[in-house]
Amino acid sequence: MLPGLNCTFDRLPGPLPVSRAQLTRKSWKAAASLARSLGGRLVSLWATDRRPIDGHMALHAAYATSAGLTWVTLPLTDSLRVYPGVDDVFAEAVRMQRAVADLLGLLPEEHHDARPWLRHDAWPADYHPLLAQHTGLETFEGAPELYPFVPVEGDGVHEIPVGPVHAGIIEPGHFRFSVVGEKVLRLEERLGYTHKGIEKRFEGQRPLDAALLAARVSGDTTVAFGWAYAMAVESACNCTVPERAQWLRALALERERVANHLGDLGALGNDAGFSFGLAQFSRLKEDWLRLNAAAFGHRYAMDTVIPGGVRADPAEAHLEQIARQCDDIERETGQLRSIYDEHAGLQDRFAGAGRVSPELAARLGLTGLAGRASGQAHDLRSDFRLAPYDALGTVCVSSRAGDVAARVAVRFDEALESLRLIRTIAARLQAESLQGPIHSALQVASTPAYGVGWVEGWRGEVLVALELDQYGVIRRCHCHDPSWQNWPLLEHAVIGNIVPDFPLINKSFNLNYSGQDL
Amino acid sequence: MWPIIRNIARTGLISEPPPEAELQWRTNAQWIESEMLRILGRALTIRHVDAGSCNGCELEIHALNNPYYNIEGLGMRFVASPRHADLLLVTGPVSRHMRVALERAYEAMPEPRLVVAVGDCGCTGGVFGESYASCGRVANVIPVDVAVPGCPPTPIDLLKGILAAVDRRMPSTISTRPGSL
Repeated sequence: MLPGLNCTFDRLPGPLPVSRAQLTRKSWKAAASLARSLGGRLVSLWATDRRPIDGHMALHAAYATSAGLTWVTLPLTDSLRVYPGVDDVFAEAVRMQRAVADLLGLLPEEHHDARPWLRHDAWPADYHPLLAQHTGLETFEGAPELYPFVPVEGDGVHEIPVGPVHAGIIEPGHFRFSVVGEKVLRLEERLGYTHKGIEKRFEGQRPLDAALLAARVSGDTTVAFGWAYAMAVESACNCTVPERAQWLRALALERERVANHLGDLGALGNDAGFSFGLAQFSRLKEDWLRLNAAAFGHRYAMDTVIPGGVRADPAEAHLEQIARQCDDIERETGQLRSIYDEHAGLQDRFAGAGRVSPELAARLGLTGLAGRASGQAHDLRSDFRLAPYDALGTVCVSSRAGDVAARVAVRFDEALESLRLIRTIAARLQAESLQGPIHSALQVASTPAYGVGWVEGWRGEVLVALELDQYGVIRRCHCHDPSWQNWPLLEHAVIGNIVPDFPLINKSFNLNYSGQDL
Repeated sequence: MWPIIRNIARTGLISEPPPEAELQWRTNAQWIESEMLRILGRALTIRHVDAGSCNGCELEIHALNNPYYNIEGLGMRFVASPRHADLLLVTGPVSRHMRVALERAYEAMPEPRLVVAVGDCGCTGGVFGESYASCGRVANVIPVDVAVPGCPPTPIDLLKGILAAVDRRMPSTISTRPGSL
């Protein structure tokens, strides 16, 4: 809810504090300013072609404030394909607005950056795949297009182009460095290489079938996206999830967080030349994944969360193993942390590298784990305490240092906090009171319905906004990864650092390509 | 330094799989290493290209490098350039934006360009299929020797697929092999 806006808010069904409102062109802009003044943040901006339903295009934004999530919609008439941009209020909206221009052909009134973002050269500029008249199956002979990077000129300045194929086992993207000697003057990212038409693919699918797609928006965040999608479907269908399923979802989500933090902590050691760290942490991560396979039937618990509940219910023996493993991993992580802390060479690389000040983070909307390392202490688990987190009392970890060392420290602290949560969850799941069904049946409404899912994944808040039509089929499913907010901050973080520190700084953010490109 | 050495000593050598697969794995590990040396006379070099994956397959490819699977100990290693690679490990449905990059990586490789398509998406296009943005399976873009199913395939399946590719291109050189690998 955004108090003071002259409109009516509908509260969406479900446990999330989400309200929807339809705005006018004037109040659309006022909503952004109001959210800003309330200390809120822009979670996502997207658009829908609703012409087949109510004759207009619709632009959406989701703002988070202390009261919850506000989903505002601006209807746009067919002839008028421009809208008041919000990038002057929330800078993080720039790339989202560029994506809306690529996918639906809607433009902000003042187009500060008119370059395409998700579209490269595989389809023509006048083809907007998310428009209702397109099936998404059209193919085109692409002609190479030149992408104008922002040039940096001056005595001794040269460019280093990197990617899309990188020299390691990582996702594709292009980085254009402008450097003097070893010092980075400017980094410009170009993403969109893994765009595979996920949002178009959702259209026309039944909500239960499309869970497979939602779980594959990003493999390392499969539980968070799976849960957010399930939450959105459950809200749209007004379905209540059994209590045991909620606890099992939290178990899978926290295990996903720990798995990724363990992997990153090892990789961060390795990127600073300390391969011992990688060997040790990747060993712990493998132990962790193997127990996932035993308990959930999948090493990454993919497809564990489904609309209505969960698919797997770990046996009691596995729950005991999970609790014991938390003790082991906690002990070993503690030992490795003191080794990291006392290693002069490692700390020399970590401290001060890739710093994002809390002021810059607040201004540009840095979010999630990286945000918490730069003083942005938001965590949906402690801010809104959605079940079962209401019974767990999650501690929001944060730091104000904003450098690689801070992002390492936040990972250590969050991993330890998640281990504590998992132990509690494993114990609770064995209690008599929590035995019962893990799934409830979905009743799809016969009127158009909306739903939102909002989950604190390991990188940050993951959002899924869903629109079902009167036949219970997906009209639009928008998936948002916090990397949208954080990628631009990486460009800032490397300014003034040396090129060889980029892999380390990049890893300390470990942002998502697939979840951003969709 | 002491805590590091102590930790290494305490961890010991762990390059072994869990008990149920232990025997089979150990035999295979020795076989893999000797076959690799016999066929190639050197380490197998692998270049990975993510052609549009959800990054799930990348997690398992990373896992190959952990001390349990210890892929370098088997005589295989990941290299930074396709020019140094015997084998291309391709994940994802090939997004239309990655098609040219994938073709160039393939063309940059020396013969015999072995290609292993990884995961359900690499095999068939998976849940993403073919569309305005996706070319579908890897074989739609470059010739594929072996396609490893799974979402994502486990590290063991990835190893099996890599070996099957070496095997397939050099059938006459493969000696009798133990187990079902």
